[in-house]
Amino acid sequence: MDFNLTEEHKMVRKIFREFAEKEVAPIAAEIDETHEFPMENLKKMIKADMMGIPFPQEYGGAGSDTLSYIIGVEELSYACATHGVILSAHTSLGAHPIYKYGTEEQKQKYLVPLAKGEKLGAFGLTEPNAGTDAASQTTVAELDGDEYILNGNKIFITNAGVADIFIIMAMTDKSKGTRGISAFIVEADTPGFTVGKKEDKMGINASDTRELIFRDCRVPKENLLGKVGMGFKIAMATLDGGRIGIAAQALGIAQRALDETVQYTKEREQFGRPISKFQGLQWYIAEMATKVEAARNLVYKAALTKQEGKPFSKEAAMAKLFASETAMAVTTKAVQIFGGYGYMKEYPIERLMRDAKITEIYEGTSEVQKMVIAGSVLR
Amino acid sequence: MLIIKDTCVGCGVCVEKCPYDALSMEEGVAVVDHDKCTLCSACVKVCPVDAIEIEESESKAKIDISQYSGVWVLAEQRNNELLNVSLELVSEGRKLADELNEKLTAVVLGSDLSKAAKELVAQGADQVYIVEDEELAQYRTAPYTKVIAEMINKCKPEIVILGATHNGRDLGPRISARINTGLTADCTKLAIDKERGILLQTRPAFGGNLMATIICPEHRPQMSTVRPGVMTKEEANYERTGQIEYLEADLAAEDLSAEVKKEGVILKFKAEFSQEDLLTEIKQIVKEAHHSVNLEAADIIVSGGRGVGDPKGFAVIKELAEVLGGEVGASRAVVDEGWIEKDHQVGQTGKTVKPRLYIACGISGAIQHRAGMQNADLIIAINTDAEAPIFNICDYGIVGDLHKIVPMLTDVCKDILAEERK
Amino acid sequence: MVNIIVCIKQVPDTNEVKIDKKKGTLIREGVPSIINPEDKNGLEAAIRLKEENGGKVTVISMGPPQAKVALKEALAMGADEAILLSDRAFAGSDTWATAYTISQAIKEIDKFDVIFCGRQAIDGDTAQVGPQIAENLNLNQLTYVSEFTVVGEKVNARRELEQGYSELETSLPVLVTVLESINKPRYASIKGIVDAHRNQEVKVWTTADFKVDKSKLGLDASPTQVHETFVPVHETKGEILTGSHQDMVENLVKKLRSENVV
Repeated sequence: MDFNLTEEHKMVRKIFREFAEKEVAPIAAEIDETHEFPMENLKKMIKADMMGIPFPQEYGGAGSDTLSYIIGVEELSYACATHGVILSAHTSLGAHPIYKYGTEEQKQKYLVPLAKGEKLGAFGLTEPNAGTDAASQTTVAELDGDEYILNGNKIFITNAGVADIFIIMAMTDKSKGTRGISAFIVEADTPGFTVGKKEDKMGINASDTRELIFRDCRVPKENLLGKVGMGFKIAMATLDGGRIGIAAQALGIAQRALDETVQYTKEREQFGRPISKFQGLQWYIAEMATKVEAARNLVYKAALTKQEGKPFSKEAAMAKLFASETAMAVTTKAVQIFGGYGYMKEYPIERLMRDAKITEIYEGTSEVQKMVIAGSVLR
Repeated sequence: MLIIKDTCVGCGVCVEKCPYDALSMEEGVAVVDHDKCTLCSACVKVCPVDAIEIEESESKAKIDISQYSGVWVLAEQRNNELLNVSLELVSEGRKLADELNEKLTAVVLGSDLSKAAKELVAQGADQVYIVEDEELAQYRTAPYTKVIAEMINKCKPEIVILGATHNGRDLGPRISARINTGLTADCTKLAIDKERGILLQTRPAFGGNLMATIICPEHRPQMSTVRPGVMTKEEANYERTGQIEYLEADLAAEDLSAEVKKEGVILKFKAEFSQEDLLTEIKQIVKEAHHSVNLEAADIIVSGGRGVGDPKGFAVIKELAEVLGGEVGASRAVVDEGWIEKDHQVGQTGKTVKPRLYIACGISGAIQHRAGMQNADLIIAINTDAEAPIFNICDYGIVGDLHKIVPMLTDVCKDILAEERK
Repeated sequence: MVNIIVCIKQVPDTNEVKIDKKKGTLIREGVPSIINPEDKNGLEAAIRLKEENGGKVTVISMGPPQAKVALKEALAMGADEAILLSDRAFAGSDTWATAYTISQAIKEIDKFDVIFCGRQAIDGDTAQVGPQIAENLNLNQLTYVSEFTVVGEKVNARRELEQGYSELETSLPVLVTVLESINKPRYASIKGIVDAHRNQEVKVWTTADFKVDKSKLGLDASPTQVHETFVPVHETKGEILTGSHQDMVENLVKKLRSENVV
């Protein structure tokens, strides 16, 4: 299967690879240590039209497609998973819901600057007591004249401290359960909206993850995204798309771990020969390579299914489940093969392992993916 | 390119030898991908059964190459001082001329060349052609091309070599296009094919991954630019010709054969320039040494590891690097210790380098350091620990204290260089 | 308004070329093809010149059909037009024949003020085609250029020398070969890539499409020929020197001198 990779896709990959090698890889270890958000690189990505890849040019996008965007996340994550998630959260979670559910006015006002990269996007669903059980939202939005008043907290939000435009889920009618949730477009400088301190994480350290705090935050009525009560549906559909992005991030991490391992085992000598000559290690590498290839097949298939306008929830969930578990398995094995060197920060391997773990957790844990897949298969 | 299917035995030697990946085996016979093939003929030579041919068209315009004879060195001066590479080339040209049993002529353009001309004779030239003019004081493409192309057309040398300096590589191709002959760039080896009497010009390609020997069989002169520093400069001998005879000639003259054939002669040509030749103006020339650390581009790197002992210990490393005109490298350990700045670091998390000479001082050679330097052309290791892994990948190793050996090495190199400058 | 021509070459990324030590050959499989790095600097200089003064950038390349990819990338970076000279008759061209072919094609293109070339290509490192084109077109040439400005008809450039630099002044039209240090080429934008693939064409010219003397093309017309190619053998000698410190040092220097590295 060659997934009909067009010349356009191949060049997108080439440019992202070049960008990742020259601009991203050299700072990956450093920002992992300093936790500093890669603002300079973000500016370079904006210049190269990387922030609105799948959106039409009339809305400020590059006018390409989902597969190009997925390839971009994969190549960035190969060099640095933090860069991958910045692009993924912005595109899939921040901009895409406006493209899909926004009115023409909302698209002009918010999608255009997001797709051009003038503004950065983020998405707020998770709360302290609403993780996998996303329906138990406690953030509320009350209509008061021409405005909604938002109150509540969101946690673990990617791009929180640097984003300009947020998609926020809040209860507009508690009595209706999931059908009482609505989606809002909230600008960063809205009074009553603040962010917490930057979270200290295990991996993707430079990604800006924070709490969002809404205290009588007044949002104009026209910033309601979709219809009242459609929020849960929008959130779920948005996450379906986001999962392909995270799957691509996991794929990039896994591919990197595999490539590093292959190179290392050819160079590292023990007992007088390269360790790649030992069958025990050959079997590990064969397994790693097979998993990475299978993951790529699932991820690209999910992207193509979405791109063709077909239902893709199951494909996206499978891609994320398999790619993230592959990333974890392959990076863990890579650390083992590298031995002491793998545990040291001089080599990128231990970072890959720390970065890989989050892909099994955010935008739906592996268990949530299984719920989605089972739900679809058993329907 | 043509593969004779009946003759091809499918041995695959050509597929392996093809530097352009243009050959493959299909059903036991070699096939050519014409889009990739550059007709380099590497396969033709290795085919054991002569199954590969390159078609030649009949209509080839041939020139009479028998009228051409003699070896020319286009010497280069800056402020009327000859460059070292020019003297190296006179020595090399001497060898070529002797093999061909022909004359060696050195050509130099400038504004005041009496000293340079004598030097060229002492270095081995049979005759020297000079062109002195204020307009030629500093190198400029147009007037230099004009004068030299005219001289070549008039005098018809068989071989013309010049230094692959920035100016040489500006001038060489311009001349070759004007007089319609071939030019081989940046050669590192020249030889004569005795059988055919032609010049074999060897040069690196693909970033030094491949060497190619180039010939120019049917056009004259055969021209090469030659990389500075690779040919050996012989001792100058100011006694080698007795009386030097001085002659003058006008380039515009009909027949110069009498003047140009004489040996032991410094022949001064007159040249004229039009406005068009002088269109480009040199505003100023600024001399400056390069200061920033550029490990990737360095020809020579002297690196220090933990064995240097402390930050002050780097002084001996720096001194050797300076004497050799190289850069200072370092292992990760000493960068982490803060003994030297990060931009000197070679290895896994530092720079990957490929110098002609890498001198590793007090570096044990852990895998992450080797990853950055193992492709150096020549590796010297100096370490007190005879068991250090660096000795496994070095060309020459010295077991001993770098603080004793490196300064000694510096002194010896200094003496040699000082002598050479004389 | 400046009309600019940029000559580019598609080359294998020599950083990725590895050597099969057993067979003594190059491993080219999986080696990506790229726009020659310094040609990309030439293209960047051209695009900037156009952005400042208005005008048009035409990119020209000679090579096999797959070199179209390099021209597409040039379009994606911001070139207006792209021409690929591709014909079996061009195969085996050395620098002289290459420069002839490209010069003839440039003569077909209306009018130009500046031709940019990279100083040299990383697969051949000859640095010859630029000056040879300049000669064929009877143009002023500026090589090894690290700074370049055009004001009206006047051109100022900084030309790097081995030690230091010179400042030159000349006038249009001119052919310039640039160094990597002249600028940092932009990345082709994703939008540029989309437009290059969906809305722009690379024109392919064969010998039928421009005036050429067929006896001056390709291998037959090339003055130089490749006699042989070989992979330089580099085996580590692994020789541990012995004797007193002074002996070892002198011995080492002797070896270094015979290897011609010092």
